[in-house]
This record gives sequence, C-alpha cells and structure tokens, in this order.
Amino acid sequence: MNAVAASKEAGEPLGIGPAHAGKLGDRVFRLTTWLMAMVVLVLLALVGWTLCKGSALSVKEFGWGFLAHSDWDPVNGNFGALTFIFGTFVSALIALLIALPLGLGTAIYLTELAPGWVRQPAISMIEMLAAIPSVVLGVWGIFVLVPWLREGPYPLLLKYFGFLPLFRGPTTGFCILSASVLIAIMILPIITSIAREVFRAVPEAQREAAFALGATRWEVTRLAVLRYSVRGVFGAAMLGLGRALGETMAVTMVIGNSDKITASLLSPGNTLASKIANEYAETLKGLPLSALFELGLILLLVTVGTNILAHLLIGAMGGRRPRGN
Amino acid sequence: MAQEAQLNTLKNAPPAPAVAAAVTFDVRQLNVWFGANHVLHNVSLAIPTKAVTAVIGPSGCGKSTFLRSLNRMHELVPTARVEGRITLFGRDLYGRDVDASLVRRRVGMVFQKSNPFPTMSVAENVTVGLRLNGMRNKGLLAERMERSLQMAALWDEVKDRLDANALSLSGGQQQRLCIARALAIEPEVLLMDEPASALDPLATAKIEELILQLKNDYTIVIVTHNMQQAARISSETAFFYLGELIEHGQTNRIFTNPRQKQTEDYVTGRFG
Amino acid sequence: MNPWYNRWRKIKSSCVSGLCLICALVVIAPLALVLFHLLQKGASSLDWSFFTQLPKPSGDPGGGMANAIVGSATLLGLAGLIGIPIGVLGGIYLSEFGSPRMNWAIRFAADILSGTPSIVWGIVVYALVVLPITGYSAYAAGLALGFMMIPLVIRTTEEMLVLVPNIYREAAFALGIPHWRIVLSIVLKTAGRGIVTGILLAAARVAGETAPLLFTALGNNSWSHRLSEPIAALPLQIFTYSNSPYDDWLRQAWAGALVLILFVLALNIAVRVMTRSRTPHLTR
Repeated sequence: MNAVAASKEAGEPLGIGPAHAGKLGDRVFRLTTWLMAMVVLVLLALVGWTLCKGSALSVKEFGWGFLAHSDWDPVNGNFGALTFIFGTFVSALIALLIALPLGLGTAIYLTELAPGWVRQPAISMIEMLAAIPSVVLGVWGIFVLVPWLREGPYPLLLKYFGFLPLFRGPTTGFCILSASVLIAIMILPIITSIAREVFRAVPEAQREAAFALGATRWEVTRLAVLRYSVRGVFGAAMLGLGRALGETMAVTMVIGNSDKITASLLSPGNTLASKIANEYAETLKGLPLSALFELGLILLLVTVGTNILAHLLIGAMGGRRPRGN
Repeated sequence: MAQEAQLNTLKNAPPAPAVAAAVTFDVRQLNVWFGANHVLHNVSLAIPTKAVTAVIGPSGCGKSTFLRSLNRMHELVPTARVEGRITLFGRDLYGRDVDASLVRRRVGMVFQKSNPFPTMSVAENVTVGLRLNGMRNKGLLAERMERSLQMAALWDEVKDRLDANALSLSGGQQQRLCIARALAIEPEVLLMDEPASALDPLATAKIEELILQLKNDYTIVIVTHNMQQAARISSETAFFYLGELIEHGQTNRIFTNPRQKQTEDYVTGRFG
Repeated sequence: MNPWYNRWRKIKSSCVSGLCLICALVVIAPLALVLFHLLQKGASSLDWSFFTQLPKPSGDPGGGMANAIVGSATLLGLAGLIGIPIGVLGGIYLSEFGSPRMNWAIRFAADILSGTPSIVWGIVVYALVVLPITGYSAYAAGLALGFMMIPLVIRTTEEMLVLVPNIYREAAFALGIPHWRIVLSIVLKTAGRGIVTGILLAAARVAGETAPLLFTALGNNSWSHRLSEPIAALPLQIFTYSNSPYDDWLRQAWAGALVLILFVLALNIAVRVMTRSRTPHLTR
C-alpha cells in the first residue's frame, strides 16, 4: 500500500504542493525569491544596527541627558537633541492642525457632496500634489510662500495675537510656522485619501436610513458617516503625523536653521531631519558625527512608532488582501 | 450490502496483475484529507479506457476532489493528504519517484469556468503547454496547434483570427479553446470538471458532441451535476455521496435500475 | 416641528457643504500655484544651454545643469538595477510561496522601511558605504535610492500578483508546466502592467529625493567620469542653487525644479494612463 503524505501549514490557498516533488528549477527559483525577500529583513536590521552603532559614542557620552539638553556646541563637545525634538513635534503638530480639518473637509466633499464629474479629476489632482518632490516645494516655499507670509499673514498675526508668546516678531519668515505650512501641504494628500477610504467604507444603507428620517445632508454625514469613522480618522491623522515627522527638504529650506529653542513660532528653528540635512558636506568625525547619528536614531524611532500606531488603528500593517478568484 | 461485498473482495485481492489496456485508472482504497477534513473515504473503482465515465453526486460529495486526485491536482492545496493507490495504465501515480508534472502531461484537465490565459492569443494559448514544456520547433508547434483546434471542433471558427486575444472568443468557444489547449500536449486522458455548466444550451450541446467524438481517442472522466448530460454521453457512471463511492456501473443500469437507495433517490431527483 | 428650526438645519447643512467645498479648493490650490510659479519663473530659462552646459563657477551667468540631469538619470538607473530585481522577485516570493508568519514579517519590515525618513537612508548608507568604502560616489547614492525602492516595489508587486486569479495558475499546473515557469511566463505576465506601474511610481518617488543624496552623492560641478566619484543630481543641484545668493543660480534652480516636477508628473500620468486601460481579467 503506497501512501503519500504531504502537508504544509494551513492558510495559503495555493502553495507549490509537496516539497519533495520540486525539481531543480523549482528549488532554485524558490531559493532565489526567498533570498530576495529576505533582503528586506536584512535591510531593516542593517538600518537599525547602523544607527545604533553610529550613535553608540554619543549615547555613552550623554546618556538620557541628550534628550533633555538643547545646546549643540561642536566647539566644546556638548550636544543635546531637545531643540530638534521640540522643533520636530511642534512643526508636525501644527501641520496636522492645519491639514486634518482641511483633509477631512475635502474627503467629505469628495465622498458625499461632489458631483460625479468633479470627483475623479479632483482625486487625480490631489494625488499629483503628493508626487511633488520635497525640494521643489522647498524652492516654491523660499521664493513664493515665505515672502507672502512675511508681507501678509505674519504681520497680521503679530498685530492681533502678538500678546501670546507664540507670536513674537520680528520675523524673516523663515521660521517654524512656515515649515509647518509646507509640511501641511505635503501631508494633505495622504490624510485626504485615507479619510476618503474610511468614509467610503461606511455602507450606503446607513446614509439611506438617516435620509429616510428626514435628516439634512450635514446631519446624514455627521450621524451616519463620521460617527463610525472616528477610529479611521485617527489612523489617517497618525499616518499624516508619521509622514510629517520625517519630512526633510522643504522643512530645511524654510525653517531658518537655528539651534535654539524659542516659544515663538515665528522664530527660526530646526527639526531632527533638518538638522541632519544641514550638516551636508561637513566633514564630521567622532563625537559630532555620533551625535548626528543619535538624532537619526531618535527620528527613526519616533517615525516608526507613529507609523505602527497608525497601522494598528487602521489595521493594515503586514496584511494582505484576499486572493482574486 | 453489495458495496461492502465489493470492498471485502478488494481488500483480500492479490496485488494487481499487469493491467489490460481496458482499464485506464485503477483506484484502490483512496482516502483524501484536507487538513483534518476527511473528504474521500475508501474509494475504489476502475475507469475504462477510451470511454466516457461520468461522476455524479450532490454538491460537496467529493466528486471534484476525486477527479483532481486522478492527476494529482488536489496537491495544490498545501494541507492535502492522500492514502490509497491509484494506477494509471498499471503505473502507480503516487510513487516516490513519480513527478506530478509528468502525470499532468498524460492526464489533462478542463475546468468549470473556461480559463484561457488572458495575455495570450488563441494560437499562443493552444501551444502554451508545449512551449513552456520545452518545445521550440515552430513548424511542429503550428502543426499541433491546428490539429488540436480541429479535434476541439474550433478550427473553422478561429482559423482567421489565430492572433486575436483569447478573451475575444465567446464563452463556448473559450471552453473549446481550453479543450484544444489540453489536447495539444497529447495526453491519454481528459478530465473534465463540469465543463459545460457555465454555458448556454447551444454551446453545451457542442461540447457534448465534441466529447462523444473525443472518446474514440481518449479516456474521459467527466464530473457533472446534470444527470441528463451524464445519461447522454457516458457509458459508465459513478455516484458519490458525502465522500463515499455509493455505486458505479453501466450508465444505463445506474439510471434505470440503481441498486442502492441513495442512488435511486438522487437520480430520481429526491434530493440534489 | 418648528419651521424656523428646520430652516436653521438647512442653512447649517448648506454652510457645512460650502465649507467642505472651500476645503477642497484650498487643498487643490497649492498644486496649481506651484505649477504656475514654476512655469512663470522657470520656463523662460529652459533653453538649450540649460540642458547641455555644465555649471559656471560661483554665479557667473550662463551655464546649465547638463551634468545634474545626466547624473539623475545615472542614479535612477543604478537604483533600478538594485530595486527592481530584488523588489519583483521578493514580491513573487510573498505572493507565490512563503509561510504566513514569514510573509507577515517581511511585509511588516517593508512597511516600516517605506515609512523611514529619506534622510535616515542617507546617513545609513553614509556609514555603511561612503565612510568605509567608496567615499561620496554614484555607487553609494544609487545604493541608497535602490534601498528605498525595494520596499515599495516588493509591496506593489505582491499586490498585483495576488490579484491574478487562481484559475490561471490551476490551468497551467494542469498542463504539467513546472511551477517556476508558471510564475514567470504566465502569472508575472498577467500581472505585468500592474507591476510596471508599481515600478514607475517607485522610480518617480525616488527620482525626486534629495535627502539621501546629501550624504552619498555630494554633488559635482562637472562631469563624473567614474561611478566612484561624487555625482551631480538634479534635486541636489536645485537645493544647492536655491541656498545661494546668486541670481543666475536662483533662476536655474527654478528651471531645474520645473524639469524635475515635469518628469515626476509625466511618470505619474503615464501610470494613470496604464491603469485606466481595460484589464478585465484582473479582479479589482
């Protein structure tokens, strides 16, 4: 009685069948593709390890104090990341403050209100916005946005809100707030597109039920759509935040490059990313270089942490759509 | 009763002698599991050569799984497990040194939903089995292509558009294209899994006509839920229920004088 | 029901709708503004010398970005050499082989790498390749960009392959075709267009990146004769010029930015055109 036993872990709908049936071609192919897929894991390990190794000197020297001090003094060998952590979070949060309502409003418009012929072109344009390279936006920022902000909105801000420590002049326009505006522009597409998907996932029946009760358009949206989308909207916000935290070039070009913490949003500053970028073409070694790597490590941890949180909220990470049939 | 007697004889039978060409598949005590799911129980039967054998039964009775075990296609599901013995013209299908790909070149298959490859033309679809198994001779390929399309009764309809995309054909034509594709690699057996169930009556009739012609050259095993179809085209019928082979024999007898009550209930339409 | 209250509800609804429309307009505005200004300030500088000449030293008028354009093309080629094979083959593994746990880990790693800030890639390759091995070079820059492409391409490839219905794989198996041939000649071909669009999108993204180049390519005011030398690239040149005090360089920065954005947008539009053509055999 011949018996053939072949089993693999359950879950995959179509595997290659019993391992012993593979011929040379199949085995080589499988090995090759496996190696290539492994590269991703190796890369991740490499990134983590390189940053850790690079920042080891700085971590040993400063310990946790690195996060609490704000001087960046290559001459005396004193380094601290506080200014940049502050700048990173403040600029990202303000960008989110600007982009989230705009993105949600746009998403509502696109899913609930827009006539059919408007929808696709608008979506395409927003996706094109996402494709703009950061440096291009930076150029536009330096020569168009910042001068305009400096002439128009900033004096108004100073005039009416100057009593707040947030808005202290004079300002060249190259400041944290300008960077936040650029970041906001860059994260609008991702917030809008995720919010759109979240709203579209709400079944039509919910809306119809609300309409049938005589609700107005806005009430339908509020009751049927928004209420069930809170989690997804949070996820969109987190993803936008994750993207905002890592934004480099446009920020570097308009943030003014200052290593001091100030309360005023109209003063220059630096983010983790822009500080690293500003060391471009410097020859660094030893402690300054290590401090820079530590900045990179902090940046990586912050961005990755935010992204993981975002995906937990949306539930997409490591996932895969069901196979087409 | 009769089936148990049959089983007992088989259990005590000596090993199969050198097989007469009258039997294509000799299935002995076939058991198939998908994971913990025991899908086929102790199936034993012989499938005659150059004849049409119909496999009938209600949904979920295991007839598709049985069909696929004849060319080891069920192995594509990773949790599949087989015990028992199937021989093809006397050679053990599941032997340790047997390559499943080679089995499938001798035992072709046509599926329920026609599936011509979408990025290929009609001609490319027919010859794909030959080309991807190593045949390069263009003249030979063209010759085989024409022959297969003739055998599938499709040549006249497509000879002027051999380079058109396969999806431009009608549903019935696509299914005949799939038959031509299967025939091109010159198998000895053709397995058909409800080949006409997605087609309109006219196209179905064409397929049935085709099968009746093909049976002169190939052993055909066809799974069908359409009993009239089974009665029309097959000479032997096997009735499956809940993973067991309840009864098999000459088609005439199965439909007019079934020995098992379940068979009778099924063929008279008492359950479906 | 109080008729005044109903009227208030309707007004409120209209107001909100209006606000949402305004939001949409505000969101679309930057794209229009950026393109407008780029065309206004950059188009006039797009002359023959811009595309064919090397930069002139410190602000002397004239000169062009020929080396930067060629440099970007070179780097894109190098990046593709790394990113495309590894990404596509890795995507094949995720779709056709692999165990659920291993695949989850790989996808997770790919997602994390996709979200890694580009400046981090720059300093990582700086530490791995530039300092110990090659110094600032095209190799290092190409490697950094290639590394960035891998997670993008592997995910899009997998997504496209998974969309190919199983019935085609089954039909191919039933013909006795070896598995590897099935994957390469049938499955890959069926998903081909989608995979190509994924690659193009990754290329568009990577072509516009500046941050990784800061620590790997360094930039070059002349032609690079070897891949082991620093190399000029369009985004890098734009960045350098826009930080300078020279008017002529600022003018060229606009022109360079215009060229860059046109290239990136062209790739995106090409992708859009490719995905719009009918693909009836792929389920959506």
